[in-house]
Amino acid sequence: MSICLSGNEAVAFAMKQINPDVMGAFPITPSTEIPEYFAQYVANGEVNTEYVTVESEHSSMSVCIAAEAAGARSVCATSSCGLALMYEMLYVAASNRLPITLACVNRALSGPININNDHSDSMGARDAGWIQIYAENNQEAYDNFIMAMPVGENVRLPVMSCMDGFITSHAVENIELLETDAVREFVGEYKPENYLLKKENPLAVGPYDISAYYMEHKVQQAEAMKAAKARLLVVAAQFEKFSGRRYGLFEEYRMEDAELAVVLIGSSAGTAKAAVDGLREKGVRAGLIKVRVFRPFPGEELAKALSKVKAAAVMDKSEGFSANGGPLFAETRSALYDLKERPYLIDIVYGLGGRDLKTEDVEKIFARLAEVAVTGKTGDVYSHMGQRRRSQHESGL
Amino acid sequence: MNPVYDLKREVEKPARLTGGHRLCAGCGAGIVVSGVLRALNKEDRAVVTNATSCLEVSTFMYPYTAYTDSFIHSAFENSAATCSGVEAAYNALKRRGKVDGTVKFITFAGDGGTYDIGFQSLSGAMERGHDMVYVCYDNEAYMNTGIQRSSSTPHFSRTTTTPVGSVRQGKLQNKKDLTEILVSHNIPYAAQSAPLGNMKDLHMKANKAIYTEGPCFLNVLSPCPRGWDYPMAKLPEIVRLAVDTCVWPLFEVEEGVWRLTYTPKKKLPVEDFLRMQGRFAHMFRKGNEWMLEEAQQYVDKKWERLLERTGA
Repeated sequence: MSICLSGNEAVAFAMKQINPDVMGAFPITPSTEIPEYFAQYVANGEVNTEYVTVESEHSSMSVCIAAEAAGARSVCATSSCGLALMYEMLYVAASNRLPITLACVNRALSGPININNDHSDSMGARDAGWIQIYAENNQEAYDNFIMAMPVGENVRLPVMSCMDGFITSHAVENIELLETDAVREFVGEYKPENYLLKKENPLAVGPYDISAYYMEHKVQQAEAMKAAKARLLVVAAQFEKFSGRRYGLFEEYRMEDAELAVVLIGSSAGTAKAAVDGLREKGVRAGLIKVRVFRPFPGEELAKALSKVKAAAVMDKSEGFSANGGPLFAETRSALYDLKERPYLIDIVYGLGGRDLKTEDVEKIFARLAEVAVTGKTGDVYSHMGQRRRSQHESGL
Repeated sequence: MNPVYDLKREVEKPARLTGGHRLCAGCGAGIVVSGVLRALNKEDRAVVTNATSCLEVSTFMYPYTAYTDSFIHSAFENSAATCSGVEAAYNALKRRGKVDGTVKFITFAGDGGTYDIGFQSLSGAMERGHDMVYVCYDNEAYMNTGIQRSSSTPHFSRTTTTPVGSVRQGKLQNKKDLTEILVSHNIPYAAQSAPLGNMKDLHMKANKAIYTEGPCFLNVLSPCPRGWDYPMAKLPEIVRLAVDTCVWPLFEVEEGVWRLTYTPKKKLPVEDFLRMQGRFAHMFRKGNEWMLEEAQQYVDKKWERLLERTGA
């Protein structure tokens, strides 16, 4: 069924089709509409989810953790500071191996406070042990959310299904919805082996774990994240069968014979694809890789995809403040290390706090890559794009 | 509800907090938890929640749990939200025919996890009206981290963050009146109790709290031999003195109606309670008589107010 929906409504609609057992709900821009739409479904009797309107994001994640441990499929949505307030609980959810699904509507993390899109919120949580899947547009936001549970519940890890705040969450686009019965069949029932409310066998969750055991538990968690990669592909293949839409760990766009490439995440891919098309018309062998799954990071696969490229630019939509490049750059450069012949690699941090990205900006990056490919000189490996020069900034322009 | 309390019958029930946990000898927390869990009907299941605390690290150190019921701990500041999440799951799964039988939801947290860092989570859960019991075992400081002051620590008490020195001696502020704040949430049942004598007071209140529908709150005094600095065998005596001096009055508020549940035969001077504990030793030094006077005045004022409210 083709319909016009915002990204937020598309995800809320996916939640309605899944009809989860419990939702922890707390508003924060730009994810607020998700619990709003869902509240209406509850009010209309379209779902029979236990809808818990908590007093903070810390509590919404705590409710999801407890409910999931009790045997209930749980969901919530948040952004930015809300995700940051959950920080401690994200680790608890992952280490307790509770496959909660969180819709993360990416927004810049304070300060100064800013409600627009970048990836600093979820990138800050990249080591929390959650599977992270990023959407380019509304269709992907919807599809990714439906694929999240069959992935997370299989490897017993929580899943963060991310989309760009406002750009995706509030833009209305035509998307294809799936039939509710088919979605329910695809997602299936949540059937944990052990849970708090299991009558035959009481369960204790959340121990004090001393050095004699802690490391074994962390290794198991790490193994689960490794296993998630294969599972993501299995679920994507199953999804393709009934939806006709194909997903991988990342998308390769015009990469077959590409000499120059950009690597990025999220909605900017739309803009960058248009730039690539324009450059291709001019004979530039440009290509693009859009990373869909950031955790687990598809290092080997990405290295292979970039192995024939002469020069590539990673575009990071979050800073990271490592003084050594953004998080996507760090992962990508590390992944390329094992290649015998590596492409030149630079990092461009862009789009912070909702700063717009234009096709001309992407063209400039490709122009720089062309120069790097010819001269072999990368210049500043790590730089920022789109900001005023300091003199302009200080004069108030 | 048990109309008649029979200590013998109660202690003969199988323990729901089993022996072998790692709490200190002379600690109030273990007997408070046992006392509350004994008030569950034998056939009813429970899911117990803990805030991070002495209690949690002593009763569930991997791979051993001291609880016979299901148990969950996730963090320090969220035990009420955690308990409400389990209750929400129960409602959802019951509605969908995936669980049956009666399950009760009981949270235990210390005063740090309740009066301070867990206060928001507690207030939210009470306002939302989950069918749960929140039990604060109040030992009047952060004991798990080594005796730091909390908003429950009484005036003048010595802790490691309110030490006794030449300029300042002990805590400068009074104890927060948390039970009163919980009463203001208009919950169906709130009470103050203590592991006193034959444990009847705690049992009756716990039973009422567990079997009253909606959010219920118990604030239970729980002495700590390390933090309060008393010989461990003195635990019952300290509890007795806390209630007989009216430092810790026992009362309940049911649907807004206040009722005193214990009136001392003879109201003893506050000094009798303070003298037994190292945390108040400096109050008995020469020149600090004013501290004892102030402490007495404070307790008297609070007691008078409680008598007015309960119509006793």
